[in-house]
Amino acid sequence: MRDFDYAAPTTLADAVMLLSRGNGAARPLAGGTDLIDHVRTGRLAPDTVVDIKKIAELNVLEASPQGLRLGAAVPCYRVYGHAAIVADYSALADSGHIIGGVQIQTRASFGGNVCNSGPAADSTPSLIALGAVCVIAGPKGTREVPAEDFCTDPSKNVLQPGELLVEFRIPARAKNSGSHYRRFIPRNEMDIAVVSVAASVTLDDAKQKIIAARISLGAVAPKPLLATDAAAVLIGQVPTDDILAKAADAARKIATPITDMRGTAEYRTHLVGVLVTRVLQAAITRAKGEKLDYRPGH
Amino acid sequence: MATGEKRKYKVIGTRPLRHDGVDKLTGRAQYGADIRLTGMLHGVVLRSPHAHAKIKSIDTSAAAALPGVRAICTSADFPDQVGRIVELGEGAVNMRHLSANVMAHDKALYKGHAVAAVAADSIHIAEEAAKLIKIDYEPLPPVMEVLGAMRDDAPLLNDDVRMTEMGTVKPETKPSNVAAKFLFTKGDVTAGFAKADIIIEREFRTATVHQGYIEPHNATVLWNADGKVTVWMSTQGTFTARQQTAELVGIAVSDVKVVPMEIGGGFGGKISVYLPPVAAILSRKSGKPVQIQMERAAVFEATGPTPGSFMRVKVGATRDGKIVAGEAWIAFEAGAFPGSPIAPGCMCVFSCYDIPDARVEGYDVCVNKPRSNAYRAPGSTQVAFAMETVVDEICEKLGVDAAEFRIKNGAKEGTRRVDGPVYHRIGMIETVEAIRDSEHYQSKLTGPNRGRGIATGFWFNAGLKSAVVATVNLDGTVSLIEGSTDIGGSRTGIAMQLAETLGIAAEAVKPQVADTDSIGYTDVTGGSRVTFATGIAAVEAAKEIQKQMVERAALLWEVDSASVKYEDGKVIGPAEKSFSFAELAAKIHEVGGAVIGHGTSSSAEQGGAFGTHCVDVEVDPDTGKVQILRYTIAQDAGTAIHPSYVEGQMQGGVVQGIGWALNEEYFYDDKGVMRNATFLDYRIPTCYDVPMIETIIVEVPDPAHPYGVRGVGEVPICPPPAAIANAIHAAVGVRMRDLPMSPPKVCAAVMQKK
Repeated sequence: MRDFDYAAPTTLADAVMLLSRGNGAARPLAGGTDLIDHVRTGRLAPDTVVDIKKIAELNVLEASPQGLRLGAAVPCYRVYGHAAIVADYSALADSGHIIGGVQIQTRASFGGNVCNSGPAADSTPSLIALGAVCVIAGPKGTREVPAEDFCTDPSKNVLQPGELLVEFRIPARAKNSGSHYRRFIPRNEMDIAVVSVAASVTLDDAKQKIIAARISLGAVAPKPLLATDAAAVLIGQVPTDDILAKAADAARKIATPITDMRGTAEYRTHLVGVLVTRVLQAAITRAKGEKLDYRPGH
Repeated sequence: MATGEKRKYKVIGTRPLRHDGVDKLTGRAQYGADIRLTGMLHGVVLRSPHAHAKIKSIDTSAAAALPGVRAICTSADFPDQVGRIVELGEGAVNMRHLSANVMAHDKALYKGHAVAAVAADSIHIAEEAAKLIKIDYEPLPPVMEVLGAMRDDAPLLNDDVRMTEMGTVKPETKPSNVAAKFLFTKGDVTAGFAKADIIIEREFRTATVHQGYIEPHNATVLWNADGKVTVWMSTQGTFTARQQTAELVGIAVSDVKVVPMEIGGGFGGKISVYLPPVAAILSRKSGKPVQIQMERAAVFEATGPTPGSFMRVKVGATRDGKIVAGEAWIAFEAGAFPGSPIAPGCMCVFSCYDIPDARVEGYDVCVNKPRSNAYRAPGSTQVAFAMETVVDEICEKLGVDAAEFRIKNGAKEGTRRVDGPVYHRIGMIETVEAIRDSEHYQSKLTGPNRGRGIATGFWFNAGLKSAVVATVNLDGTVSLIEGSTDIGGSRTGIAMQLAETLGIAAEAVKPQVADTDSIGYTDVTGGSRVTFATGIAAVEAAKEIQKQMVERAALLWEVDSASVKYEDGKVIGPAEKSFSFAELAAKIHEVGGAVIGHGTSSSAEQGGAFGTHCVDVEVDPDTGKVQILRYTIAQDAGTAIHPSYVEGQMQGGVVQGIGWALNEEYFYDDKGVMRNATFLDYRIPTCYDVPMIETIIVEVPDPAHPYGVRGVGEVPICPPPAAIANAIHAAVGVRMRDLPMSPPKVCAAVMQKK
């Protein structure tokens, strides 16, 4: 491990300035649960580490009729401890609960998780399914990128040198909406997704037919995917077993997983179908206002 | 649950607080990584990126020039070793192979094999320097799997390895990866199978798995100016570490002192040395103390896992459920150098049963994986998986209860094992009966995709050598010094045996594990031997103290010592004279010096321990994931000294066995590089994955121990994979014969059945 400089700016402008000056050799530090390990093992060797936890904009957590604002440095425990998120943006709480253990959750942020851009990141599919927009500040001002377009490849994303993820903006939830995230892991906790799926559905007034849906897949492609075709199958339909199976089929078609120590490509593709079905059933249960009986890992 | 009768003992069978508990709970316990010496350097080991490669040259000049670098070593700094076989207490080792394992000679034989080391003022400088060492490798094709390595055309790892058969090498034998062949026979196996109405023959494979101790290997070594070497380390055996270190660096055994630090888990993996000889050479060259700590990846890639295996097991039984013959063919992956636990594997495969005619053939085979090492009942878990799955299938085909079948065929006093020994009093059948009669086994399991399985396992209890010294303090306490390093609460277990014999409280004994200059020779903490053998030494020491206390009392009372006796913690003389232990302890200096008792033990293998397990699982047929719903273990502890520790060992063994069963495996790519050398992807069970393991302590005392102790630490790991495989079969109707039974494999099996 090499020595590095540490800075803890309190304004967004200072942070952007420090990151710009680093020109790629400066790394933002939120919870640090990935960065510290990467620096320790030599996978990353930054000249400067910019602690962004002291910047007010990155700590915003606010639910309003306009939607949800989630600052990039907000740790997991605040996400799943937020009543409005648990009630209306449930998939985010599901994600926050299974990122590491309690100690990790007190530090690790959704922003850091998304910026690390792992294909198996647990927060990204939920943000995609809920239609989140990433607000990015940089030397040239602020821009917005849909969550599904943020990651580009393993460990790669749209951030340019000097740019910083500030917050996620998530649209307000329509009535009769429900969402869910789960992953398949060989153990019951403390593991990395072999396949993960998030889904958001909105039911009609009679709570019979699906009128809106978004499905996102993790760990089956170089980046988390928005499964547009799979969601389209559901629109206007009563979610029978047959319809859910068709959505699962459509989702399987866009999966291009690799074979590695976490699973074979064939097995992962199979799991996409299993998980899409189960996650949709769970999201529908929540959309109906019913309690979801769910233990992570099971 | 101990057997119901009234307690025979005052201390044994109770649950006092462990003597090392406060230090461990408060973080004050001193581990190897806590050592800080003045002027201490930090060492880093450079490891081979190749699974198999010739080392053509090593250029350390750039690293040596880096400021802050104090010493560099390669295999050239180590003395040549002849291929002498040395007994380490739990397995023998060829010193030349051990030396080449500690620092690669002309070839790197596995990814992670040590090739050079650096000591520098800081760990960061040492890491930078290691990157500057230039090594010219010529990569060779690796062979990663046991059957492939046995082929004539397989890449050859060691040109000095030729197959031994029962200890000898035939002159015409060429070098090969097959290092040894074992053959055990009993009766006439052909005639035996001729009597069978049903014969089941199946093939099994198990993955390479690691002990997974939380504390990585570490060593801090000072090679002093007088040529004396002190080693502070985490080890299961100070004396074997001393011997290995001395021989590998070429100095006298008495010039090395090993100071045992607390141990964060060993399970057999902390018997071989890796770092002390390297740190010693670096210390000699730099003149300063050197500390090396392994990274987790190195622990996985370069320290002893237990072998992957291929096994074929064939068992014949009559229609009325009597086993008549057994045959097994077993090949274990030794790793880079010979020395897998194939012999105990062969001895254990049929060890739970009384089989009239049997034959077992086993092979020790080198592959390009880290040199395998002992891991909790080495070799027995693999073979139990095979045998107990075959037994379950016989029970299924014959339609007999799996517990009753085991009771009918179980090994008992007088049964001769296939490798020769005849059991004295053992408790195999009692453990099956305990499971059969348990609320768990008697309960009804309902629900889809759920099933119940049982399995039995065996492991030896080693005797070997132990020494203790006990000194009476004036306040009535006793200081107990022992050579057995404590990996499972043995300090308290030994102290309790001393306390029982003296008739004093467990808390009145202050146990301490001493360095190699401060106690007599003691073999490793392994082989489930310490509570048994070091316990015997402690009892002997206590008896010597009794004798001396009687003499002191006689002097104080001015009576003939023949008229004084030691009874129930009291010294009783004529005319109703008596001292409590503490009363007399306060007076011993009035009539002499310190009262010191010592004890040694040196005994052969004892009866061994058996356990029977019952597990309920639920299989998710869509994903292949197996949940453990309920788990009960019944095990013969002989006499449970400290029941909480016995239960802890039973539960810990089960959890490790569940890891083998469901997820643990070395995952290699086609270049022989382990892709999951982290606890993220090498999946040991977490607390979320296992229910509370229910325990039933069966007590069939071992007649070879004064209190009937049997070793309990190892056998609980043996049955879980088979019990879980049998439960999976009961749940979804598929027979899993390949460990781990990970979700993709179970999923594929279930889908194939559909």
